[in-house]
Amino acid sequence: MSKTTGRAFENKKLVGELFTLTYGALVSQLIKDYEKDDEVNKQLDKMGYNIGVRLVEDFMARSNLGKCQDLRETADVIAKVAFKMYLNITPVVTNWSLANDEFSLILENNPLAEFVELPERHSDLSYANVLCGAIRGALEMLQLEVETWFLKDALKGDTATELRVKFIKKLTDALPAGED
Amino acid sequence: MPVFSVYVVNKAGGLVFQYDHQKTSIELEKTFSYPLDLKLEPQTDYVTVVFGQQDGIKVGHVILSVNGKAVSGRKLQDGSDVMEFIENEKNYPLNIRFGRPKLSSNQKIMMASMFHSLYAISVQLSPESGSSGIQKLETDTFTLHCHQTVTGVKFIVISDPKQVGVDSLLARLYTIYSDYALKNPFYSLEMPIRTELFDSQVVTAIEQTEKVGSAI
Repeated sequence: MSKTTGRAFENKKLVGELFTLTYGALVSQLIKDYEKDDEVNKQLDKMGYNIGVRLVEDFMARSNLGKCQDLRETADVIAKVAFKMYLNITPVVTNWSLANDEFSLILENNPLAEFVELPERHSDLSYANVLCGAIRGALEMLQLEVETWFLKDALKGDTATELRVKFIKKLTDALPAGED
Repeated sequence: MPVFSVYVVNKAGGLVFQYDHQKTSIELEKTFSYPLDLKLEPQTDYVTVVFGQQDGIKVGHVILSVNGKAVSGRKLQDGSDVMEFIENEKNYPLNIRFGRPKLSSNQKIMMASMFHSLYAISVQLSPESGSSGIQKLETDTFTLHCHQTVTGVKFIVISDPKQVGVDSLLARLYTIYSDYALKNPFYSLEMPIRTELFDSQVVTAIEQTEKVGSAI
């Protein structure tokens, strides 16, 4: 019994490590191509956006969830269902703004940056910017326009990684019939 | 066949994927002698049967081939008009194949966008706000099931009224779409899906629904 569970756990770990390694290779190639940190950040955000736009359908197909009623529900679903499904972590939702239109996702350990140490010359790099883009792209497909950015980054010396999400507006021009 | 066809419509109402699962098409061939006891009438694209139903040949059927040679529209392959050929006594006895006209791909695209509009209208018609659109359309010969995702993509399945498990088929189609269409980097969103992997997965899902009554 313990042998099979050990094997399954190791397999998952290996796939997870391959993913981390692949992401690291991606970022290092982008740095070689674009050289400037903000260009790389922009590209990572764009890539994340493209991933989010497609991943959201997969998420809706697998989770069978209906529409969320407000931003709080959306934040909970992102943290507890989506992050758990794809990255196997559960960030904490905190730091709600007074108008309830901004919140933070605190990631204790970022699986994308598991073995990474950011050097001095790349201090402006948002290493996991693909997550920002993905959340933005996914929510845009669900008719919510948001702005996402990293407030704190564990790679830059802070205790944990904090991803801030700010609600901008509801996109009503492309609403599918029946969803309001 | 219990599941007749599958349509996938994108957010804007354009047809993205269409598949007909009929194994047997309704076609009848019969030899006739002069005078022809069916009343035929030429339409813009076909010659249809208007009167004189017999032996399974029904009103609405169109001429598919004469003497084994396929008919294109209202003309035979050599360019002569079908109606003239049939009215000429010298050509009898002749063999005509009748069948139900198949929808052309343009017609299917038009049907899909029309359904998309009807779906939106049905939301407006509801006495309550926040209603869904058309989920099931029932007639005596078929039932149309439609599932719209939160992102606006519609999966439409036309099946036999007695077919069970179409809801699970719709859910399975959504999973197949999210896997084989969206995860393909060469597929652009909202464009027609033309990949064999997607086609074969859809066929497998339909066959499983027909056999077992559930696609999961």
